[in-house]
Amino acid sequence: MTEATAERMVPRETPETREFWAGARRGELVLQRCGPCQRPYFFPRPTCPNCGSSDVRWEPMSGRAQLCSYIISHRPAPGYTPPYVIALVTLDEGPRMLSNLVDVDPSPEALALDMPLQVRFEWRGDTALPVFAPVEEVR
Amino acid sequence: MQPGSIAIAGAAETEELGRLPDRSAIELHAESARGALADCGLTTADIDGVASAGVPPIDVAHYIGVRPTWIDSTSVGGCSFLLHVRHAAAAIAAGMARTVLITHGESGRSRVGQPRYAPDPQSARGQFEAPYGLTGPPTAFTVPALRFMHERGVSHEQLAMVAVAQREWSSRVPRAKMRERITVADVLESPLVAYPFHLLECCLVTDGGGALVVTAADRAADLPGRPVYLLGSGEASEAPLVSQMADPTSFRGFRDASASAFEQARLGPDDVDHLMTYDAFAHVPLYALEDIGFVKPGEAGGFVADGNTMPGGRLPMNTNGGGLSYTHTGMYGMFAIQEAVRQLRGTAAAQTDDVNVSFVQGVGGMFMSAGSLILANRRP
Ligand SMILES: [Zn+2]
Repeated sequence: MTEATAERMVPRETPETREFWAGARRGELVLQRCGPCQRPYFFPRPTCPNCGSSDVRWEPMSGRAQLCSYIISHRPAPGYTPPYVIALVTLDEGPRMLSNLVDVDPSPEALALDMPLQVRFEWRGDTALPVFAPVEEVR
Repeated sequence: MQPGSIAIAGAAETEELGRLPDRSAIELHAESARGALADCGLTTADIDGVASAGVPPIDVAHYIGVRPTWIDSTSVGGCSFLLHVRHAAAAIAAGMARTVLITHGESGRSRVGQPRYAPDPQSARGQFEAPYGLTGPPTAFTVPALRFMHERGVSHEQLAMVAVAQREWSSRVPRAKMRERITVADVLESPLVAYPFHLLECCLVTDGGGALVVTAADRAADLPGRPVYLLGSGEASEAPLVSQMADPTSFRGFRDASASAFEQARLGPDDVDHLMTYDAFAHVPLYALEDIGFVKPGEAGGFVADGNTMPGGRLPMNTNGGGLSYTHTGMYGMFAIQEAVRQLRGTAAAQTDDVNVSFVQGVGGMFMSAGSLILANRRP
């Protein structure tokens, strides 16, 4: 077991992503949805990557997701104590994002693909990062 | 561009591969360049075009004394050199260059004269991937693999077989870093790096380099050495973030780049005798086999496990042992091209019979960019 050595990395927002990070501080997962094609997308930018429209607006997501894929890292990373889970999650609204799984045993037995997840927020300084935890209830 | 009108006239790797702390990255470029020029009987005075990634082509040209009038600094990760060959071919066909030198050198292990990698916290990767404890390729390139295995029915044993099959090849290659034969059990008992990936399913980290001299086929015919002809090429990209692949079980870059190459060459997968495909991790060749069209979706795991890519199999694949067993400086694509050239010239350490057409598939970043080359030992 390798001990965590330094602080976890803190992302730095840009003007284009400010609303996403402001939402995270409020405890909301906020993405942009495109007016013409109606699809929400990730990561934030001012034009829709599906159709190119700039007619996009910020909208809170449900925070519900499914486990699409994952690895269990056994490598040391700043602020992390291996083993820890890096996951690809698919939001119920469609977009996929990378994240960590929390409140779950980092073992293949505990991590079934497609298992339902719910967003949580992990504070790093004054920045909040979306992470995900398994949910028990039937949806 | 006519298939076969452009040739790789010269090709060489650094004399040694592995741990080379007495040479900096740019010197590995230069040593490779000297070797490739000697291979085709040319000197720096004959070169009017330069291309490289990692160390910029301007630096390489100045270092070795070339005065270029055509420059390509395309840097899209480990497949950059495949794109350089494609771009050089286009430039030569258009009359913008006559003889192009493409170099690679990387002090991947010793880190001598090698820039440090650090994610910018304001980049998309720095905001939305790196903060989650990603430590580079072993924890990023690997993320889609479980989904692929789940959808395609690939077992852990089949994934391990990619490493076993390639070690069968490298056991015949004196220059390969890892040459001891291994079993599926050896792979599955090696330490976990990032579940489901064990150490033996992850590429090496080495120092080394390689270079190519590309010119018109007519000019190559007048040079010493045996030219290898370019029949077709392709390039494509998907997303700079592995999490943003449209489908984590299929890489659009592989699909699009290979389709371009086949179309230009007027060939299909059945015409290919030998495959070199990037293998930073054991799942990448499985994606490539399906995305290029050598097998149908769901067949790649069984195809490798059944020995089809091994010595004596019907599609010899990664015959130097690949990035898993031969060498992997960080940008492996140059070594895939070099092995294809050797197989087509009949000079490979683990030479296979009847290789007339070789397909080289590269990837850059973590399923970010792709390049394809179809090479042949004679003009069509
Ligand atoms: Zn749209």
